Amino acid sequence: MNAVELDRATLKLGDHLVLVDASFAVRGGEFIGVLGPNGAGKTTLMRALLGLIPVSSGSVRVLGRQPHCGDRVIGYLPQVRTVLPDLRVRGLDFIASSLDGERWGLPGISRAGRAEIDAALGAIGAHELARRPLSEMSGGERQRLLLAQALIGSPKLLLLDEPLISLDQRHQEVVIDVVKKVCRERGITVLFSAHELNQLLGTLDRVLYLGNKKAVLGTVEEVVTAPVLSKLYGTDIDVVRANGHIFVMSRGRDVERTDHLHDHHAHNHDHRHHN
Amino acid sequence: MFAYEFMNNALVAAAIVAVVSGIVGYFLVMRGQTFAGHALSHIGFAGATGAGLIGLAPIWGLLGFTLVAGIVMGALSERISNRDVAIGIVLALALGFGLLFLHYYTSFATQATALLFGNVLAVDRPTIALLAVLGAITLVALGIIMRPLIFASLQPELAAAKGVPLRFVSTAFLAIVALAVSACAQIVGVLLVFTLMVGPPAAAQRLVTGLWGGLGLSALFALIEAVLGLLLAYRTDWPVSFCIALLSALVYFVCLAVPRRARRHAH
Repeated sequence: MNAVELDRATLKLGDHLVLVDASFAVRGGEFIGVLGPNGAGKTTLMRALLGLIPVSSGSVRVLGRQPHCGDRVIGYLPQVRTVLPDLRVRGLDFIASSLDGERWGLPGISRAGRAEIDAALGAIGAHELARRPLSEMSGGERQRLLLAQALIGSPKLLLLDEPLISLDQRHQEVVIDVVKKVCRERGITVLFSAHELNQLLGTLDRVLYLGNKKAVLGTVEEVVTAPVLSKLYGTDIDVVRANGHIFVMSRGRDVERTDHLHDHHAHNHDHRHHN
Repeated sequence: MFAYEFMNNALVAAAIVAVVSGIVGYFLVMRGQTFAGHALSHIGFAGATGAGLIGLAPIWGLLGFTLVAGIVMGALSERISNRDVAIGIVLALALGFGLLFLHYYTSFATQATALLFGNVLAVDRPTIALLAVLGAITLVALGIIMRPLIFASLQPELAAAKGVPLRFVSTAFLAIVALAVSACAQIVGVLLVFTLMVGPPAAAQRLVTGLWGGLGLSALFALIEAVLGLLLAYRTDWPVSFCIALLSALVYFVCLAVPRRARRHAH
């Protein structure tokens, strides 16, 4: 059974078309790097898989079923992480809030819930974060805490929306390694969106490139080529391979690093929805 | 001192209101919606004076206006805290209407100070009963939505993905805040609800990071400030609301000055 399957699926945000007639299938246990320019629809795709955005036409299947809100087999790390600056909540309470957080009544965690949190924190080596208040954590520590939270409940599919954003190089590597290790061990399918391809090169099985309302899934060799990316970016793209790194260039500039491309093609992108 | 019935009534009323304010206020601070709470109390002022104009007791106007305003605010947006300008303008307009209503009902003007700054010493037994009922409704309702409220406050995106009805939860919460504000205004007045609803929880969060500990400490701070404020006012003949405001600020700044544990993780 495929973990994620889109068949001629069209996704809209309001009146704005984000993906049109997209078809691809992610196999169970695959690590997929989700790439594409700003506004290409990485977040929208994940929200559709979570059942937060209706599918306009075509079909979307997640683990063989229609996407629906509150699906417990999906672990999710959202991109817009609203953390109030002065929030003095312990890491443990922060994670505990998500356990059965949709049920009415008083909060509280069961012994089993506590054990699950401990196990998840242990899996990413972050036991000490349970006792520390969120306001005193660095960006990397918060990210690890959120990652631990996403692993609770033994998900079969992990949707990680830009988990590397605002992290320094060392912490980026830590996050990638942790995701890779835990998900390989447990056979979890991962959709990992990022701005830069190179960090994920050694880890990902295949890459899902979004752009120009289209989606292309394949190996790096198949997808990260000048013809395919030129279509997705809607402009002439050069792909330069050097020392095991891949650079996606437009008019001599590295588009992943500068991120200026979307300024030339603002009409293609949805600025209400920062990706 | 306890020989005076008005003093006993005041102590009981202040204690009820303080505990409710400390607990509801904890979530107001957690959600970063303190300004919305402040605005609700000002809107309540217009309601209270308006009620006077049509011959009702001010408390009903206060309750009605804050409740409707809370529900409207919650329904309009789940992130009220980002709408400071809109809230500020509505707040000012509400105070303006309060003034207009006073203008047309001049015999009511003597009560204006009581509404704005509270008049706990005038609380009678029926008012205590009303406050107890209000407090009970507030706490029970908060208990029902507490779990999803915390989830939605800390991680709104994830809560939505897990099926928490964000808009309903935030609307219900602001309705609860409206009830608490109405009760609180009976003690310290609409202008000073911050003293019991924001000061104690903000101070408690500086000291304790656990949920239940924080809630308990917040309620305890509010209780101590309200009761000590009354006693201080009795001794000094200063206004009660001033004494409570003074103690609230004092506790907050003392807690602010408590040094954080040394940061063990610099990275």
